[in-house]
Parts: sequence; structure tokens; C-alpha cells
Amino acid sequence: MANPLATITRQTGLGMITIRADLDRAGDAIAEGVGLAIPDTAGMTGDGTRILAWMSPDELMLMLPAAETPGAMTALEQALTGEHGLIVDMSDARAVFDVTGPDAADVISKLVPVDAAAMPTGHLRRSRAAQTAIAVWRHGDGFRLFGFRSTADYLELILQNAAIAGSQLAPR
Amino acid sequence: MTHMPPFRLPAGGRLIDRALQVPFRFDGRHLRGLTGDTLASALLANGQMLMGRSFKYHRPRGPLASGAEEPNALFGLGQGGRFEPNQRATTTALTNGMILRSQNCWPSLEADIGSVNNWLSPFLPAGFYYKTFIHPRPFWKHVFEPVIRHSAGLGRAPTDPDPDRYEQAYSFADTVVVGGGIAGLTAARDAADAGGQVLVLEQTAHWGGRTPNDHDGGQMAIDALLADLRARDNVTMRRNTMATGLYDHGYLIAREALADHDPNQGIPRQRLWRIRTGQVITATGALERPLSFACNDVPGVMLASSVRDFIADFGVAPGQRIVVVTNNDDAYRTALTAVAAGLDVPAIIDARPQAIGDLPDAARRAGITVLTGSGIAKVKGSRNVEGVVICDQSGDGTPTQTIECDVVAMSGGWSPVVHLYSHCGGKLVWDDAQAMFRPDPDRPPLGADGTGNVTVVGAANGDLRCATGLEQTEGATQPVWVMPANAPYKLRAKMWLDFQNDVKVTDVELAAREGYASVEHTKRYTTLGMATDQGKLSNINGLAVLSNALNQPIQATGTTTFRPPYTPLTLATIAAEAKGDAFQPLRKTPMHDWHENHGVSWEPVGHWRRAYCYPRGAEDRHAAVNREIMAVRNAVGTLDASTLGKIIVKGPDAGRFMDMLYTNMMSTLPVGKCRYGLMCSENGFLMDDGVVARLSDDTWLCHTTTGGADHIHGHMEDWLQCEWWDWQVYTANVTEQYAQIAVAGPKARELLDRMSGSIDLSQDALPFMTWAQGDITGIPARVFRISFSGELSYEIAVPANRGLELWEQLHHAGHDLNITPYGTEAMHIMRAEKGFIMIGDETDGTIIPQDLGLDWAISKKKTDYIGKRAQSRSHMTDGNRWKLVGLESLNGDVIPDGAYAVDQGLNPNGQRRVQGRVTSSYHSPTLDRPIAMGLVKHGPGRMGQVLDFPMPSGEVMQARIVDPVFFDKEGGRLNG
Repeated sequence: MANPLATITRQTGLGMITIRADLDRAGDAIAEGVGLAIPDTAGMTGDGTRILAWMSPDELMLMLPAAETPGAMTALEQALTGEHGLIVDMSDARAVFDVTGPDAADVISKLVPVDAAAMPTGHLRRSRAAQTAIAVWRHGDGFRLFGFRSTADYLELILQNAAIAGSQLAPR
Repeated sequence: MTHMPPFRLPAGGRLIDRALQVPFRFDGRHLRGLTGDTLASALLANGQMLMGRSFKYHRPRGPLASGAEEPNALFGLGQGGRFEPNQRATTTALTNGMILRSQNCWPSLEADIGSVNNWLSPFLPAGFYYKTFIHPRPFWKHVFEPVIRHSAGLGRAPTDPDPDRYEQAYSFADTVVVGGGIAGLTAARDAADAGGQVLVLEQTAHWGGRTPNDHDGGQMAIDALLADLRARDNVTMRRNTMATGLYDHGYLIAREALADHDPNQGIPRQRLWRIRTGQVITATGALERPLSFACNDVPGVMLASSVRDFIADFGVAPGQRIVVVTNNDDAYRTALTAVAAGLDVPAIIDARPQAIGDLPDAARRAGITVLTGSGIAKVKGSRNVEGVVICDQSGDGTPTQTIECDVVAMSGGWSPVVHLYSHCGGKLVWDDAQAMFRPDPDRPPLGADGTGNVTVVGAANGDLRCATGLEQTEGATQPVWVMPANAPYKLRAKMWLDFQNDVKVTDVELAAREGYASVEHTKRYTTLGMATDQGKLSNINGLAVLSNALNQPIQATGTTTFRPPYTPLTLATIAAEAKGDAFQPLRKTPMHDWHENHGVSWEPVGHWRRAYCYPRGAEDRHAAVNREIMAVRNAVGTLDASTLGKIIVKGPDAGRFMDMLYTNMMSTLPVGKCRYGLMCSENGFLMDDGVVARLSDDTWLCHTTTGGADHIHGHMEDWLQCEWWDWQVYTANVTEQYAQIAVAGPKARELLDRMSGSIDLSQDALPFMTWAQGDITGIPARVFRISFSGELSYEIAVPANRGLELWEQLHHAGHDLNITPYGTEAMHIMRAEKGFIMIGDETDGTIIPQDLGLDWAISKKKTDYIGKRAQSRSHMTDGNRWKLVGLESLNGDVIPDGAYAVDQGLNPNGQRRVQGRVTSSYHSPTLDRPIAMGLVKHGPGRMGQVLDFPMPSGEVMQARIVDPVFFDKEGGRLNG
């Protein structure tokens, strides 16, 4: 009863690169450039340190250790040479939170209109948490979620509130 | 613990725990109930039958029902911020130390002055207010309405903030079963067998509905179903969860009570579930109907089923001598339950000519007198039931005998609860045999695929006997809408239909006579069903009376509309997490905390907080703004411009796209240069403005206003995705990736030259309206030589994570230069001194660039841009459009923003004609005089003329039309 439903931890040091391109045409080049397969719709591919996530029919997001961002930007620019595409470093535009613990899905379910408990691993959902835009996916012992950096304090507050001890969603 | 209150039975009560007493306070009296009690059962156990006063006539009222349909027993609960009016005694669980206050009475429930209305009731018929207060016309607004408003409303609204926490949660299921009675549990089992996730919602704390009380072996049957369901991993069972509304596409709203009226638990009080489901099965049961006999509202007249609930569920005797009056067999169960509990049942009065079958036989075997073909002519007693006068049901109320009693248990039959089914379009049919509206199986609510997505089971579907094999045979219900059938006016005027709003049979008949043939009109004219119980008990009886009065069958009258919520929702569950600091997302720039630590006075800009100014010491905001402006004009200042929108536009067709977005030519902008541009809607109106930088051959960076960032990005994507889908352009909103700092003032370059870096900031290398990339003290940066202040100015964009670092270094390096942070108000005034327009000040959605003298920013060469066609329409090219000018106050006072300049004569509405208005107005500290901009008819051609601006005080301010550029018209400073 005394423990919150989940632990909310802000993560830093994550690089994020937005990639926009015609994935049918440039998919192979991008895959080669980042070393990961192109994910299916709403899917994610990864190798343990990097994740390539599907954001829309012509948009991907590469997440990687921040230190690797400049190198990956260069590799992507090269991969898309001669191709219509857009590579943007968005690392600083985001606030990232981990929601971990056995009832982490309850915290997500209170704020995000998704079936958190049924969300498969390797699936990224673009949605909202209460009143602000986020993306969320299963990560470790719970979920990882990011939103706009300007709303970091708001996100942390609503996540903490949703995790208040004793408020599990399980029927009582 | 040895002492039991007088009306607590020595045994029985399946929901209470006799070992655990619960103290509570009622109108200052200290009383005790038991764990498991509702407020109603606890009060009844203490002999408190009087629980409220009706709304209109303030008549004394006791509880009528034992569930959500209760119209009378409503209390104010709690204290301070936790005070809540209109809490239903029959559905509110008693908790330790609860404080109840009676409502709608003064000075007390027992001696209510307002009951004087009761004596006046012959003069307060339906429509009284409408007829009485219509003349003289002005009296309504100034006399009648305020008085009526003062006495209107049931209960008092709380005045303090609610300290409790509330939340929402999203849930998904293949099937949701609403109702945890035997029909619902059975349907849940069948749905679970068929596969998929099944969610079962029960409004009360207990499973089983009526079955445990109504059928031998009922509890065992329920327990077996519960055991079966709990063993399944595709079934979720939720108690205390009221499904309040069903909406399109299987969207179901339900409220779960977690810690209602019990703040000590420290968890959210209520939770609003937002459920998406494939199928809904409503097993919502049925509500018993009252009978309409004279004085059926006297405390002690109750629904037959509720009398047996109080006995069986809570071990409470509502009275010692209970007369049952009915038109069906089910009410006989109440008589049998009462007798089994040791209470006296002097008679069952049955309106039907004969009563045969298992239940009447059992009653007769128990020695109870059954009077068939009979009715109640009148209830004796005013504050409590003293007896009933019996008559022939077919007659006019001529008394046949009088029976003493203290409770009347009435049953007028049952109405299926069709609310959820009806919320989303399900249609009803009138079932003549059972005298009820029930769901029409051919016209259910439809899901996204056009097939029915709601099925109805059990009593909710009209299957009143439903008990999976435990049923007894029961005789048919005989419709009884008025008792006795030929009751004269005097009796009908005492027959209550709507107990909370005091609507009687004669009121509905009056409405019919006065032409209110539509049920919806009658409802509003009489207020039938408009109380907080939403007519759960009064609806069908009212329809039947109206139908009789109109001499038409009930199905021709139809029902009123069933609207959510089924029972009231707290506003707090709807707001849920959005309160206090989480009321709205508050967007913060990377330098937000620095501003906070330096005495900032904030200004909300959308969801952002921006620094309005930074008052020092005893300075007020005005003084701070003036100081900040002078610092920028004389030395150097910094503005946090991070909130400005920043959108990348890239691709082979980006130049073409930019030329369509902006009114001027952007495709010809050389790499490394900046250009101010205007964006219009396709209707030609000025929508946004900002500086565009050409980053590379195929890439542009668009700066937008703070409020325009998301909207303009959406506007771009809209055109790209819907209209020009074959153009090769990608956009990205990078607003939050960068912190942006404006460094402005004559010493701006001197300051930046002190900082190490790779960018040549000299006038030759980086002239006005150019940009360069490099680093400043090791921070990667883009520097834009642009100016909104009119001063030498650099806007520096760095990665957001390093914005604070740069800001602090600037302030460190510029300390001896009197570097001053300035806020949005200083920015606004400085741009007005320069005659720069501001989106939202000079524009309001009806202004085109031409109005603002911005023709220079509109390309004549381009064949098209968004808004071009609209700007060529006759109204847009009309020479009489108001145009931008400067305004110079004649007496040295600042003209109020928004003030209108009057013209000669009156318009066709008899109002003074106007010829212009003020769009921006400030005291300019730079010029030490007021400055203003405004839109004036033929303005630019009227330089030097004086306009009159009448003030609300009657005073007339005057201003001279001047050039809108008040300061440094040649631009020597910003080019410096």
C-alpha cells in the first residue's frame, strides 16, 4: 500500500533523429545507414543500443546514445544522397521518462488512451498523456515514454499522480 | 453494542455486520448504524422516516426506493471542501463519522417554513411561472427571475475547493456486461465461453441484483456463477462501478467509487472509466413503478421491493404494520418477507379482479388477507402514514374500509431500465401484455459496421421473471395508471407522479388540456422527470396519464429522450487529473528556472509561460518594462525567444512550396540570408508572420509566432498532404529543439565579441538580415542578424539543452555593459515604437496585409500564393477598408487599446458611426510620450487629421493621425 504503482524516472542522454523519406524507395539505404531493419507499421527494430521506430508512413525515428548522434546524422545524410529526405536532430526537443514496476501498465492506462496491458513489445504508440502529445512503448520492466521537453514537469507530475500508492486498477 | 435502534430487526440483513457499529451525525444528532448500511437503512433503523422535503411544495418525504431511482432521500454530505449536496441516501454507503445535513428546508427538516407552499399548491399548478410572470415584460429580468433564482435549486453548492483526488482510466474489452445480477452474470459466462475479454460492471457493492432477495436458492445460484467467472482469466469483474453513458462506436463511460466519502483511505475517491468495447450487453434490470393513489407521497409509502430490501438486506423494518398494494404478483414477496421477519401485514390490496398462483397462495397460507379488485382511495396521515382508506379499484374512491398501518408497500409493475440501450439510438417497443416499454430487438444501437452492438438481457429486456430456473409462476400484471380508476379531481390532485419536482396527475392532465400534446413539451411545462432523479420512477406513469388525457395509446405518446449520465457524475471525475498544478500542461523554455530565480513576472502565452518583465526591488511592472526598454536602447538586453516557432521545409519542391505559403518571394532568397514574410489563409487574411532563413539550396527555416508554431506546421502539412501531395517537400517542427536568445542593443556586438567563437559577427561579414553558423563559446549555434526591437540585434539559436548555459554566459560577460534581461512587454513596446505589426494586435482574423501597409511584402510577380485570389475580391480591394496609421494622443495620455474613433452621424441601428480603432497603445519610454497604432478609414491619406475617441466616462480623447513608425525610421540602429 505504501509503494507507488511504478517508479517514474526521467532519462537523459538519449539521442533522437527524425528521418523523413519515401521508405519504399529509400528504406534499404536507411537500413544500411543505421544498421537496423526498417520497422513495420507502428513497429520498432533494435539492436540493444539503437532503436529504429516507425512514426508515420514516411517518417522514422532513430533513438541511440546521444554521443552517437553526430555520426549517425552523417551516415544518414550519406545514405540519402540523391534521395529526397529530411534528417533532423531532435534529441533536445524531447523529455524521456521510464515508468517501471509491476503496475506500470496501470499508470499508462490512466493517462494514455491505449490498451497498455495488451501492448506488445516492439510496438510504439504515438498518442497523448492527459493533455500533451507523447509516444510510448514497452521497455524493460515497464514502459518508456517521451513528450515535448517543454512539458517535462507536467509529464512528471501527472505520471507521479497516476502512480499514487493504493490506486491499482485491479478490481477490488 | 447490546443496544439496537428501535427499527433494527433482531435477525437478518445479509449485507450488514452487526458486530461493527458506525457512528454518524444527522442534523446534529449522534446516531449509529452498522457496517454495510446505506444512509437510508441506517436512518430507518433509527426510526427516521422523514428524510427530505420536496422541491416545490416542501412536503415531508421519506425514502421511496432502495436504489439509484430514489427521488426523495437526498442529503448534503460532509463538510468544507468535501461537502456535497444531493447525495442519494439509498446508494451511499455509511462511513464512520459521516455528517449528513437535510436539504431544502428551513429552519429544520421537522418544521419547514417553506411548506407554506403546500397550502398554496392549488395556486401553483403546472405552468404557473410561465403564465404569471410573463407580464409586464421588464419584470421578468429584474424582479421575478432574481426571486425565483434565489429559491431555486436543490441543496447548496459547495464553496470550498474539493481536496480529494480523482482519476480516469482507459479500458478495452470485447464485451462489456452492464449489471451484475443473474442475467448479467449468466450473459458474462456465455460471452466468456465465446471468447474475448469480458468486463462485468455492477453499480452496487454486491453481486446478484434482486435474485438473492427474490428467489429461494438465489444466493447459491449467484455464488456458483461468481465462482465460475472468477476462475476465468478473460473475465474482469468490477463492483461499485456505475455505467453512466453509452456513446458511438462502443464508447462506454463508467464511474468507479473507490473511496467515496472516505478520505482517510488516501487513494483517489472516484475513477472515471473510458471504455472501448465491441459489444455491450445491458443487464440493467427493471425499476418498480409507484402507484398513483391520493397522498402516495406521505413518508412511509414505499415501493414494495424497497420494503423487502430494507428487511432482507439490512435487517431494518421500515414499519411494524405494512399494507401491500399491488397490480402484480411480485409484491406478494414483500408481504411474505415482512411476515417472515415478524412484522404485521394486515392486508394485501390487489387491484386485479383475482389473484391466483404460487405467490398469492403462499400469502393466503401465511394468513394474510388479500383484497382483490381493490385500491387505496387515500393515505391517512401527513408526516407519516397512519392508515389507508380502501375502495373498489373500478369505482370513484368511495371508502369501503380503513386499515391502520405505518407503511404502505406499493407496486405498480416494473419498467425495464433501458437508459444505456437508448443513449446511443436503441429504439423501444410498447409491450401491451406487460405494460412496459422494452428494447425493440429489431432496432438496437448500431456499431461502426452497421450491425447492432448492444444486446439486452433479463429484466432489462422485459423478461421480469428471469432467474435461470428459480422462477415461480406469476400471474399477469394489470396496468393501473390511476387508483381508483374513476378517481375524481380532488383525489387526482393528490396523486404524485414526480416526487422530487412535485408533479401530480392533475398537472399532466392540465398540460394536455392546454395543448401540450408532445411528451417533450409536457415534460418541460410540468417539469415531470426533470429533477435530479431524471424521472426514473415518474416517466412511465406520467406518459400513461398523458396518453389517457390525450385519449391515445401509450406508444403513440412515446417516451422522452434518455440522456446520459444515468446517475449524476461528479464534475471532479470529469476533470480528473486536470487540477492544481496539472490543470493544464505548462510549457517551460530551457531558461524558465533562470527567469523564475530572477524575479520574473510571467505572462501566459498559449500553454507557455513567457517573461513579461523582471521587476527589481520595489519596482512595479510598468517601471520594470521602462527600465528594460531603456537598457536595450542604450546598452544591451536579452530576450528568451525560444517559444518562437521554428519549422524546417526541405525538398526539391520546397522553393515552390515556400512561394505558395508566403505572400512574398522566398524561392529567390539566397542561402545565408533572411527575409521577413507574411502567411495568409486561403481567405486572404493575415495569419502569421516571421523571418525565413535559407539554410541550403533545398532547405528553408521558417520562424513563426509563438502561438502559430503548431498551427502553421499543421497548415503546411495540410496543404502538402491534401492538395500538393505530389510535391517533394518534407517539413519538421523543430521549435523545441532550440533555445533562442535575442541579444539586442547598441552594445550587442561588443558583448558577443567578448565571447570566443567561430562566427564573424562584424557588419561586413554578417549584415542585417543574414545568418551564420558556427559556435559560441563552444556551443553549436546559428546566429540570425534580425531585429524586432529596431536595435542592432542577433538572435542566437542553440540546442535546447545548452540554452541556459549560453544565457548565463551572456549575462556573465555583459555584466559591466548593464546587460538586462527583457520580457515580452518591452519587446511589444519596442516593436510598436518601430511601427512593426504584431499578429493578434494589428490582426484579428479579418485583416489582410494590404490593410497594414504591407504591400511591399506581397509579390506582384508571383502567379499565385495562398490567399491571393481572395485578396482580389471586391471587398478586399475596397478603398474604404480601414488601414494602419500611427496615432498621437493630443493630451499626452495613453489612449486605451481597442478604443473606437467616431465618425459623423448614426448608423441604421441608431448607433454612432465609427471610422477606426486603436490596435496597439503604449507609453513609449524611448520617446517619453504615448504612441499608438490603429486602423482608420482612408487613414494613410489623412495624415495630420485629428480623431475623436469617446471614453466610457463621457470624456473624449483626441489623437492625430501620424506615420506608424515613431522611432528611427531610417533604420540606422538596426543596421548599425
